Amino acid sequence: MSTPTPPLRYVYAVCRPFDGVLPEGAAGITGEPPRLLHHGDLVAVVDAVPAEDFDEGPLRARLEDLDWLAATARGHDAVLAALTAVTSPLPLRLATVCRDDSGVRRLLDEGHDRFTRALERLDGRVEWGVKVYAEPASAPRPTPSEAPSGKVGGRDYLRRRLRERNGREEGRRRAEETSRVLHDRLSAYAEATAVHPPQDPRLTGDTGGVNVLNAAYLVARERAEGFVALVGRVSEEEGVRVELTGPWAPYSFAGIAEEEAA
Amino acid sequence: MSVEHRRIALVDLLDRLLAGGVVITGDLTLSIADVDLVRVDLKALVSSVSDELPAPWGQPV
Repeated sequence: MSTPTPPLRYVYAVCRPFDGVLPEGAAGITGEPPRLLHHGDLVAVVDAVPAEDFDEGPLRARLEDLDWLAATARGHDAVLAALTAVTSPLPLRLATVCRDDSGVRRLLDEGHDRFTRALERLDGRVEWGVKVYAEPASAPRPTPSEAPSGKVGGRDYLRRRLRERNGREEGRRRAEETSRVLHDRLSAYAEATAVHPPQDPRLTGDTGGVNVLNAAYLVARERAEGFVALVGRVSEEEGVRVELTGPWAPYSFAGIAEEEAA
Repeated sequence: MSVEHRRIALVDLLDRLLAGGVVITGDLTLSIADVDLVRVDLKALVSSVSDELPAPWGQPV
């Protein structure tokens, strides 16, 4: 290290100029509040980040480190969540990094028209996440023939295994049916829908069942209450768990907004 | 409106942050190619353990 490298610019989002101030504690990936870089009729939300972490070579290695990735993702989302409270930001992909402020200005210049179209489409909208799980079947009751003796024969064992399997399949079938009905209803209510791949319990660390629906919905802010109510209507069903997350910045719709507006 | 407020699961965050957001390409940015590579690796990890769990209604449109 002969000469110290100047910091780089991490760009979280592009917005229209807005009046509100970011809430205190809107600390980004550096632990400091981000800076607003005004340029023309757009604003880039940026942070100065160390080149030791964010230059091309080191960044590649860092992103393979799950702890670092998790901390960066949380910092990124903290800023987007704070922005979402005061305006309708257009989220950029995680780890969008420019060399310096003039690089950020060129980014705003060159992307101006696509940013403007996407911001228009996302204006006043937020993203809600809905996941549906088939809960693990409760242990089936033993039948009288196998219960009292405590001795379980091969035939009884097979019978019990079969019942367990049927129970699991039944639960899964019920959750899928609930998902289909719910997804249709929510899609009709929302302006746009994005279906993510179902999450594996080994990745979520969730022992609460099999994830059969993992979807995102773009909803106008003022219609949020109705959306939440639609989700709430089905969450009581037995053996089926419905999870609602949000409101999120419209991450899942930033790309779609561009395509459809193009 | 009472939405349960709790710590966001990392996997929910990564679903959105690694696949969502506007992708800038070109010489303005340093990192996009690298990020895309990492994203592909993580996707492979996620889908490799999720293969037995296809969406019930086929592919999203």
